[in-house]
Amino acid sequence: MKLFLHLGRYFLMIQKTFGKFTKWKMLKNLIFREIDDLIISSIGIVSFLSFFVGGVVAIQTAINIDNPLLPTYLIGFTTRQSMILEFSPTFISVIMAGKVGSYITSSIGTMRVTEQIDALEVMGVNTYNYLIFPKIIALTLFPFLITISMALGIFGGYIASINGGFASHSDFIEGLQLDFIPFHIFYAFIKTFIFAILLATIPSYHGYFMKGGALGVGKASTTSFIWTSVAIIIANSLITNLLLT
Amino acid sequence: MIKIENILKSFGDSIILKKISTIFEKGKTNLIIGQSGSGKTVLIKCILGLIKIDQGKIQFEKSFLYSMGQKERAKLRQDIGMVFQGSALFDSMTVEENVIFPMKMFTNKPKDEIVERANIAIRRVNLINSNNKLPSELSGGMKKRVAIARAIVMNPKYLFCDEPNSGLDPKTSIIIDNLIQEITKEYNITTVINSHDMNSVMEIGEKIVFLENGSKKWEGTNKEIFKTENQSVTKFVYSSELYKKIRKVYLNEQDNN
Repeated sequence: MKLFLHLGRYFLMIQKTFGKFTKWKMLKNLIFREIDDLIISSIGIVSFLSFFVGGVVAIQTAINIDNPLLPTYLIGFTTRQSMILEFSPTFISVIMAGKVGSYITSSIGTMRVTEQIDALEVMGVNTYNYLIFPKIIALTLFPFLITISMALGIFGGYIASINGGFASHSDFIEGLQLDFIPFHIFYAFIKTFIFAILLATIPSYHGYFMKGGALGVGKASTTSFIWTSVAIIIANSLITNLLLT
Repeated sequence: MIKIENILKSFGDSIILKKISTIFEKGKTNLIIGQSGSGKTVLIKCILGLIKIDQGKIQFEKSFLYSMGQKERAKLRQDIGMVFQGSALFDSMTVEENVIFPMKMFTNKPKDEIVERANIAIRRVNLINSNNKLPSELSGGMKKRVAIARAIVMNPKYLFCDEPNSGLDPKTSIIIDNLIQEITKEYNITTVINSHDMNSVMEIGEKIVFLENGSKKWEGTNKEIFKTENQSVTKFVYSSELYKKIRKVYLNEQDNN
């Protein structure tokens, strides 16, 4: 029963987010600030993770294809497929549920605890729109972050392959170009976009409706991470079933 | 003027407000007093519409809160200033930005005029050289002043203060009390203060509503509270020896006059 209560409240929250709009002049500044806080500040960690995971995928593929009959260009092929289809869109999103999600929950939750949300409501501000809408818009740029992740992951794989002597430059490039299906990129961006919406709204929900004091903020951040990850994994399964099978 | 009639509010099985009726008068500092948990904050939040009541009527001048359309309610909100217990200043904004915020949000005035009006409000609460400070750099008393400046910057008709003295030393408390009372007279607004600070009751309580366990047990002025024989009020207000002595001295003085 509680799940239905949360689901109902979550969808009502989304509806109200697109209700009475905040003045564009103020909204514009909020959107830019959220882009900075949620997207720009995540470039570093996403780049770092993607580069090294790409490298590890390449090395592990190389180690597992020790049969001389298997061509080394498979290293490039596997790295590309792993990064584009799964690691960049899904796992970077799960990682972002920790970074961006807990930031969103704790910032809105702190505003709730310190009565800043009440203050906005007393003034007549649509707090849903003021607090959540800029985050949704900022996170529509999430595919940009995922593009960087894909590119750096593949580059990491390339560097690891060449430096470790697992594949030559031409073999790796051949693997990258092998059986390339442009729809896979489209699929990756579709799911990234849906994950971005989940990343913006689920942590906002947990922050907005949190109860308790400072301890409550910590608890809400943890719960928000768990539910955002669960929602991303479920959505991933559904989208993959719908688009790839 | 704010008139409330038979306000009933419950959370689950527990009734928090039991059919409370009163009138908060214009140009006066109206105090809601009572022990912690007596329903003061819930009553203020109900009047503000932050918590929906189960029964009763809330009337701002001639308009009823729950009969208002969205536009009318939005307009009413711009006539309301609120000072929260913890000040509720926006952490990421400076003092000036906090005070400017309601004007930026709801008016289309040029930037210069907005800044000028904000500075008038900041000067009115005697806050000097603090425009560019963040709330984290301010003392408790200064935060309250900024909250008052933000509440009055739109020239509200109604000012609500939720325990404006909590966490302040006695001297700063008196300064904040006097400031609220001066502003109430100067702007001729209806001020409703939720407090359990006895200094505030004695100093600025032009109308006092006493709540106990969600019921209104007494109402009167700060002069009448000295004379009342109402057991609930005397137990609460004169719980300390100091206030018992103050009452005795006051009543003796009255008898001598």
